[in-house]
Amino acid sequence: MSLLEIEKLSLSINGTPILKHIDLSVEAGQTVGLVGESGSGKSMTSLAVMKLLPPGAQAEGRIGFNGIDILAAPENAMCRLRGNEIGMVFQEPMTALNPVKTIGEQVAEGIRLHTGANRADAEARARKILERVGLPVEKFPLSRYPHELSGGQRQRVVIAIACALKPKLLIADEPTTALDVVLQKQILELLRDLVDENRMGLLLISHDLAVVTDMADRITIMRRGEVMEEGETAKTLSAQVHPYTRQLAEASTHVPARAKFVEGRAPEPLLQLDNVMRDYPGRRVSLFQKAEPFRAVNGVSFSLAPGQSVALVGRSGCGKSTLARMILALDRPTGGEIRFMGDIVSRMGESALRPARRNMQVVFQDPYGSFDPRHKVERLVAEPLHLLESAPSPAERRERVAAALHDVGLSARDMNKYPHEFSGGQRQRLSIARAIITRPRLIVADEPVSALDVSIRAQILDLFADLNQRLGVAYLFITHDLTVARAITDEVMVMHDGVIVEEGATGRVLDHPQSQAARDLVAAAPDLQRAIARRLEMQG
Amino acid sequence: MTDPSFASTAISTEGVEAGLMRRLARSPSFMIGAVITAIVILAAFVSYFWTPYDPTAMAISSRLKGPSASHIFGTDQFGRDIFSMIMVGARNSIAVSVFSVGIGVIIGVPLGLVAAAKAGLLDEIVMRMNDLVFAFPALLTAVMLAAIIGPGTLGAVIAIGVFNIPVFARLARGSALSVLAREFILASRASGKGTALILIEHVLPNIMNTLIVQATIQFSLGILLEAGLSYVGLGTPPPFPSWGRMLSESQTLMATAPHLALFPGLAIVFAVLGLNLLGDGLRDALDPRLAGRSAQA
Amino acid sequence: MLIYISRRFIALFLTLVVASGVIFTVLEILPGDPAEVILGTQARPDTLAALRAKLGLNEPAPVRYAEWVGGMVHGDLGTSYTYSVPVSDLVKQRIWVSIPLAILALILSTLIAIPVGVVAATNRNKPLDFGIMGLSQFGIALPNFWFGLLLVYIFAIGLRWLPSGGFPGWSAGVWPAFRALILPAVALALPQAAILARVTRSALLDVLGEDYIRTARAKGLTQRATVWRHGVRNALIPVLTILGLQFSFLIAGTVIIENVFYLPGLGRLVFQAIAQRDLMVVKSVVLLIVAAVVIVTFLVDIAYAFADPRLKVRR
Repeated sequence: MSLLEIEKLSLSINGTPILKHIDLSVEAGQTVGLVGESGSGKSMTSLAVMKLLPPGAQAEGRIGFNGIDILAAPENAMCRLRGNEIGMVFQEPMTALNPVKTIGEQVAEGIRLHTGANRADAEARARKILERVGLPVEKFPLSRYPHELSGGQRQRVVIAIACALKPKLLIADEPTTALDVVLQKQILELLRDLVDENRMGLLLISHDLAVVTDMADRITIMRRGEVMEEGETAKTLSAQVHPYTRQLAEASTHVPARAKFVEGRAPEPLLQLDNVMRDYPGRRVSLFQKAEPFRAVNGVSFSLAPGQSVALVGRSGCGKSTLARMILALDRPTGGEIRFMGDIVSRMGESALRPARRNMQVVFQDPYGSFDPRHKVERLVAEPLHLLESAPSPAERRERVAAALHDVGLSARDMNKYPHEFSGGQRQRLSIARAIITRPRLIVADEPVSALDVSIRAQILDLFADLNQRLGVAYLFITHDLTVARAITDEVMVMHDGVIVEEGATGRVLDHPQSQAARDLVAAAPDLQRAIARRLEMQG
Repeated sequence: MTDPSFASTAISTEGVEAGLMRRLARSPSFMIGAVITAIVILAAFVSYFWTPYDPTAMAISSRLKGPSASHIFGTDQFGRDIFSMIMVGARNSIAVSVFSVGIGVIIGVPLGLVAAAKAGLLDEIVMRMNDLVFAFPALLTAVMLAAIIGPGTLGAVIAIGVFNIPVFARLARGSALSVLAREFILASRASGKGTALILIEHVLPNIMNTLIVQATIQFSLGILLEAGLSYVGLGTPPPFPSWGRMLSESQTLMATAPHLALFPGLAIVFAVLGLNLLGDGLRDALDPRLAGRSAQA
Repeated sequence: MLIYISRRFIALFLTLVVASGVIFTVLEILPGDPAEVILGTQARPDTLAALRAKLGLNEPAPVRYAEWVGGMVHGDLGTSYTYSVPVSDLVKQRIWVSIPLAILALILSTLIAIPVGVVAATNRNKPLDFGIMGLSQFGIALPNFWFGLLLVYIFAIGLRWLPSGGFPGWSAGVWPAFRALILPAVALALPQAAILARVTRSALLDVLGEDYIRTARAKGLTQRATVWRHGVRNALIPVLTILGLQFSFLIAGTVIIENVFYLPGLGRLVFQAIAQRDLMVVKSVVLLIVAAVVIVTFLVDIAYAFADPRLKVRR
């Protein structure tokens, strides 16, 4: 008998069907990956196992755990299971811990509850498990509060809470999605080791096929509340029998067709940065001592030719977004200068910047936050037209909006809609339409596809490649995702602690990284092909 | 939950107003509140043309009568008809609250917006001034004004208005900050829009709902405060009827004629309750996120 | 933590300085001639001159301000014009009515509101919740002085359980004095409790939607334990803010309620002073009340830092 056995699980919330006849099983000591795009119901499946469903949820079918029928179990029996026999790790480490309690209290709480240990014993055990997840007590005493820890450290605390009592089953719901790739690798390795040590079953939920392939023995692929395919990871992904599996795998490694950038004869650089610095005032530690400034960007110089596509990659907090804001003249450097089309934009006033702004637009990460929900598409996409020398007539304006929408694969009719009427991928198309409406020479894109599902991500990357060819627009892609860099850029710059540590042709840097920072990034980046190859090898 | 639509809920994304009307019509607290508020406003309005009796006419022969068919709320110690006085008194309550909310909105909202947009010293100054005003309860301002210009309607309006300024300034600042942190503001700045234009085009429309809800609440608070000020003699002077003063005049006759205290008090409760229900209904309808809020525990 | 407290303390001090400046400006500079305000416009020039000399109005305004504030620090609140006695004597008798009344009301409203709010939140959308929320709507709409009148009618005139007004003084014994404060405190506390209960409920509902509540449930805590151990303390943070703001309302309410129950507190003093145009008394009593509000705000800010460890490093 399996450790966890889900049979024909169906779930509806207030009458809306969410899951349909899900079958899934996890053996002791086995890692099962649950993969799907947003809305596939993978998180609800895990909450059903914990019986922590939102109000209004109706479940049918059977969930068996270690001989217990979970759907029929009374609440007090579930309380005994949760945290003791089944542990759970969540996606958002920043909010998963109670901000007003110390990490010691939070780890010890479950131990005391389930073992009846006294405070001192529970704290001793808490210390031990925190040490095990990489938070040694000398550096991270139990009296630390969550806000004193970084995101990766908080996720370690969450894992400590989940694994404190060596549960038989661990459920990890997108445990690394909020972390950068290097942290992701560390957390995944920690999970793998904990599972091996204690012969736990692990149900790993992720949207990232490469991550799951790396970790899981078996894989279950879900779509719109149904299981599409289930099987041994290596076999399933190398054979790709099911069309949806194939679609997912292809989208994950999609590289848009795109001509290589040929450097013209000694072109004048479009964008040139010279020794750019940015300091932020630091936090005061004492009443009488002036705070040390924090240098987010430290002496960055590079140049970008017209029509070139360059990626700026680095871990979160390396200063890449700060740099992007300075290039866009949304923030001023504290030192050095930024030239765009020959003008020193880093010293210009807002009115002098208008011609430069016309030629330099931006696409953001969050397709939901980048539009004012109260305006219609026509007004939103037309916003940069404000930068033109003479305001276009209403008819002309509509014409240009229609053309821009057409360029990004949307219809002119869409201009009378509100942004909430569009899906995430469509909204990112709207972002791009807004960015190209003034026919700029440069688009700065800050993680433009990382909030999108893989299949939509592939389409948006195609669109970027297409516009690069057709309009000759240059790109600066800010990303932590090396597959994006590989897919769409000619050159890549690796940033670490405010400094550019390596730059060169994309293929060369990513295949043969020289600097330590670049090597760490490449080694940590999940890669589906490599992961499948490794898994096949492991099985001989 | 990996669907990002669950995460981006800082502002209601409802752009279509049709949904709003439907939600309002379905909200019992909004409907009850709207009806009550309409009755109060109507009573004040009608009182300009018609009241059952002249609210200032004294009739010693019919003094201190309890409720009856001819005087449904009874008469006071001078024989004046209480129902008529309450109708006319509504004018006073409404006028004082409208003007004082106006003062709060007109001064407070721009201050809050500017403080949010220009972080740093200016923000600090505006916020410290807010703290200062918060230290003066409306009653104290009214007391000081009464001490130098004598008690009256103007003093009450200024006192309640001054009290409203920091309320709106804080609210405008707080909600503007959350709008300003969103990416569409950056996109707008990248389109070359200046601070003033961004505040007018993007921030103000997005915080309008919050401001409207707060205005209803401050309106009801204004009615309460005005009644309190009139009660202690810092409001509209006699002979113009006001709810608060009717209560203070009733106090010595409490044992013999409790209806004198009952009806003006009920009028206050009625008006304030109506506005609060209206505000609650509006808030729930304008922010569907609150209505559908689900507690996981 | 030390930085936080000292910054709050500096803010407290500055607010007091500016507030005293505002009071001084409004009551002594804006009217032009305070002596004329006190005596009225019909007063004879020599009487005015005599009063000016007596009040020290011939000195320049900054000097007068410095003397007033300097005196305040030493407990000298000036001399009442009408009673010709030190204002500090008048205040001393009355402050022992107003302060116990405000504190009693604050305690009462907190003790009622927080449990009621928690019960409503944990029974969300059930009849109990609807009942509490409906009652609280009425509570918010209730003017406290009218509620006071009703209480007098029911408990003093009707049932004769408690005195209808007046204050025997603490010298008459703790119990009789306390009895005299019960009805006024209830009249003040219930409308405030209604607001506070609603705030508690919505703050707790917000907190119960947080991720860390799910973490606690995943640990195996029961619903009830989760609410009390992880929910309530986090919900108290916004509740504290409202509590701080409410104190200023309570003080104002105290001043009004004293008129309903004929209590010889600061409120009665200040209204008599207005009637008699005794600017000296008004000026000092207003500043005292403002100081009380500012100090309570300071204490709430400090309490914040204990409720929310994040504050110790932020700001």
